[in-house]
Amino acid sequence: MGQFFQDQILGMKWLNALTGKGLSALGLDIASRLGGSIQFFIYDVIKITILLCLLIFVISFLQSYFPPERSKRIIGRFHGIGANIIGALLGTVTPFCSCSSIPIFMGFTSAGLPLGVTFSFLISSPMVDLGSLVLLMSIFGVKIAVAYVVLGLAIAVIGGTMIEKLHMEDQVEDFIRNVNSNVNIEAPDLTIRDRMIYARDQVVSTFRKVFPYILVGVAIGAVIHNWIPESWVEAVLGSRNPFGVVLATLVGVPMYADIFGTIPVAEALLEKGALLGTILSFMMAVTTLSLPSLIMLRKAVKPRLLSTFIGICVIGIILVGYGFNAFQYIFI
Amino acid sequence: MNIKVLGGGCSKCENLLEAVKEAVAEKGIEAEIEYITDMAKIMEYGIMSTPALMIDNKVMSMRRVLKVKDIIKLL
Repeated sequence: MGQFFQDQILGMKWLNALTGKGLSALGLDIASRLGGSIQFFIYDVIKITILLCLLIFVISFLQSYFPPERSKRIIGRFHGIGANIIGALLGTVTPFCSCSSIPIFMGFTSAGLPLGVTFSFLISSPMVDLGSLVLLMSIFGVKIAVAYVVLGLAIAVIGGTMIEKLHMEDQVEDFIRNVNSNVNIEAPDLTIRDRMIYARDQVVSTFRKVFPYILVGVAIGAVIHNWIPESWVEAVLGSRNPFGVVLATLVGVPMYADIFGTIPVAEALLEKGALLGTILSFMMAVTTLSLPSLIMLRKAVKPRLLSTFIGICVIGIILVGYGFNAFQYIFI
Repeated sequence: MNIKVLGGGCSKCENLLEAVKEAVAEKGIEAEIEYITDMAKIMEYGIMSTPALMIDNKVMSMRRVLKVKDIIKLL
């Protein structure tokens, strides 16, 4: 039963078979490289699009209950490491994009939340969200997805706590520290219908924004799937390269892509013998840090704090990668 | 009536501003429309999710680009 759910509902294996049949009926040899690539491309684009639309709808509906104004108030009730943990957890359900990091930063700081707690939130928010959890389940299975989420939260809590201990409050730009607003507003009451409309709008706008990344991601995945020899992937990202994790992380950091776009690449690489931890490091690096989000964050914090933040994330991600590689046998 | 559209100047905020102008014109009422893009100022109202809409200093909506007909209902 669990296996059926995994393969057919989340993994949509039936869709792959259907695509194969359709292409064969059109006279394409799906056992050939080109045919295989086309099958992979069509199947993966449809699968990820369906998952994206369903997931964004459900997630946005849930997120409408946790606007940042509310998260701020909830976090404010906790102290010490408890606040970091709650911050990291709420980071997973609060709607976030790199453009909202500044207002969130300002709002949290001006409300008197500790710097470390704000960072726990800022690390977990892009790295771990409900969408990535379901998507990872669909591709890698439940155990790996849960492990990814737990470790992501651990990086957020530990990273935030470290930033707190370093006492870098003076590294926040003055214009943010000078904002003096401890206004708690009640978010306007929304009806279920309002939330559905919000969720629908989110699906449409996310789809428009993310679809090009999906196409590019799946195209790269299809090329890896059918054209790149296994020995190459194994040599660079497999057990033969002890620096695979470091390489994957450093390549992933500046890249800006959505998790929906990175998944097909990850899936294809895994199949070709890349190590699981190496792949997960790459995905974490791509989603958590990117050039645009760092440029945005630089407006709010001074270079020393920014580089500390980058350093902590990179080291955390690399450690998670090696950890997964060492214990890969438990998960696969 | 005082209407404030708050947002850091992103395209969604511009869209909301346009919709508000249209709604006010359509309803034919007197209203002062302010467009607030200064983040520090937005924070002072306690708002973190933009675009946001305030009517007579009450937050009516956040994070949504309302349709003209929805705004008319709020006016």
